[in-house]
Amino acid sequence: MRVKVKELFSQLKSGLLDQNPTFVQLLGLCPTLATTTSVPNAIGMGLAATFVLTCSNGLISLLRKFIPKEVRIAGYIVIISGFVSMVQMIIKAYFPELDKSLGVFIPLIVVNCIILARAEAYASKNPVLPSLIDGVGMGLGFTVALVIIASVREVLGAGTFGGIKITPAGYEPIQMLIMPYGAFITLGFLIAAVNFIRKNSENIKKSKADSEKEASNENSVLKQESEEMEINDTDSSGIVIVNPNKDSNASDSEESVSDKKDADKSETVSEIKDDGDDKEGETDV
Amino acid sequence: MNDEKKTATPSKKSTEKTEKALYTVTSSPHIKAQDTSRSIMIDVLIALAPAMIWAVYVFGFRSLTITLISVLSCVGFEFLYQKLLHKPITILDFSACVTGVLIGFNLPSTAPLWLPIAGSFFAIVIVKQLFGGIGKNIVNPTLAARVFLFSWTTHMTTFAKPFEKLSASAFTVKLSEDVIATATPMVYLNQGALPQQSLLEMFLGIRPGVIGEVSVLLLLAGGVYLLIRKVITWHIPVAYILTVGLVSIFTAPAGNAIDYSLAQMMGGGLILGAVFMATDYTTSPVNNTARLIFGVGCGLLTVFIRIFGGYSEGVSFSILIMNLLVYYLDRFTKPIAFGKRKSNKGAEVKENGKS
Repeated sequence: MRVKVKELFSQLKSGLLDQNPTFVQLLGLCPTLATTTSVPNAIGMGLAATFVLTCSNGLISLLRKFIPKEVRIAGYIVIISGFVSMVQMIIKAYFPELDKSLGVFIPLIVVNCIILARAEAYASKNPVLPSLIDGVGMGLGFTVALVIIASVREVLGAGTFGGIKITPAGYEPIQMLIMPYGAFITLGFLIAAVNFIRKNSENIKKSKADSEKEASNENSVLKQESEEMEINDTDSSGIVIVNPNKDSNASDSEESVSDKKDADKSETVSEIKDDGDDKEGETDV
Repeated sequence: MNDEKKTATPSKKSTEKTEKALYTVTSSPHIKAQDTSRSIMIDVLIALAPAMIWAVYVFGFRSLTITLISVLSCVGFEFLYQKLLHKPITILDFSACVTGVLIGFNLPSTAPLWLPIAGSFFAIVIVKQLFGGIGKNIVNPTLAARVFLFSWTTHMTTFAKPFEKLSASAFTVKLSEDVIATATPMVYLNQGALPQQSLLEMFLGIRPGVIGEVSVLLLLAGGVYLLIRKVITWHIPVAYILTVGLVSIFTAPAGNAIDYSLAQMMGGGLILGAVFMATDYTTSPVNNTARLIFGVGCGLLTVFIRIFGGYSEGVSFSILIMNLLVYYLDRFTKPIAFGKRKSNKGAEVKENGKS
């Protein structure tokens, strides 16, 4: 059951970037859209959710062999709502203003689908430490996403950042961005930007992987197979294209086919495959 | 224009390959009209011209400045977007010009000169081009831009009196010094009173309002021109305007219901919206039954928003809402193809799906 530090780190990174709950998985959109009217609100919401997510992930992971499968969702909800009550009391006691501006969205963390999704998809199948790290990564990813959305909306829509006026005197704020439909438009643009960045970085990674593969193709068949297996094991961010179960002939033909297709198409296909492989790999740990 | 180009390139290639073929085999339709996007858009521009001239007469040259800035920025944004993304440039189909003129027509003459630029950006880049360009936007770009511009509510709701002298080129117009803000007829109607302007004044267009909406007479003349040129059909405008008139009679406060109803029809942006914006090809239904429903729906929503809404005018919101329903209207009023039985709809759809 020993877990490598490198894997934990890559898992933290996947929560922040590759599997970002807001921009990539599109989970928990209701609080995302509703609480991002100002930066302090976004930070408060994000950190509250991070706390709940980390704690519930850890506890659920501890109890994963104890909770019967049939009632697991109810069990998760009880655990999550316990932590949410704690957060709510803390916020009420120490940050009454934040409590007022977030209002009903703090108790609604209970039904935030990020938390339930991580409990169901990850914490219930993995040991405690990776689950905690997963909670921190996903929570911080959520917080960062909220802060980015809120910065855009607050600066352009109200002319302030964290309540301090930063725009020049002549600037007349675009009130539409503070309104609900402004949230949707902002989110759409940011998702597009994140997709663009991810695609670009994957293109670079892919070209690297391709060159590695070409180099390995020159070696003997056995060596090649073993190398690919290695790549599949070590790299968890999902770049590997060749399935280790297939023999070398199959991999060659696959390569030629993918060369003929558009670069984009083959990439998305491989991406999906890899994600699947990845998750399986993680659960085996 | 865009479509033409797209279809032209592959057919060129095919003709190059089979240059010596005797027959050209193409897919339907085989009967083609002379109309292009460009000719239709030019017709719309011609129909809008009288209202523009009238606006210059009533509100001064500032209205022309605003409209021109709006047109130029619309065309400019379309050009820039398509140039930057290496897409075929379609500014010569004049659709951006029409959008520009209509955005200008939707602003009050007191608007600061950056307002039309912001509106044009929203209309062209976000509403039109990001959805795929001409023919692919899901809502009317002009009206979406108008709603977007309500971010700056004071600029959008400050109206000058007719014949007040406004600087044609000043960047902003200061409210207290230069303009005495007045209420449009809609504000009075919203409070359940008859407007100060007489019905004749409203018909001719001597009243405060946004640049393009004031003259009912000239807008209707433009509508008649479009009908004669067969650019639009009568269904949407007539259904829309009559619905507003009829429902207004029944919802009129005590007093002269006919006057109230006529004022509802002529006091706001109804004619401009019904003739020029509800009839936009991309965002209106294709068959006539659906068009009638579309018009009635717009009319009902307009009256309800005017009576119950927070803002005194409801034309733009109601057209936008109905735009989103166009797909369903077209689907549910789909005529049954020749040779098919008039059975229940589910079976019909299945049959179509198979064929």
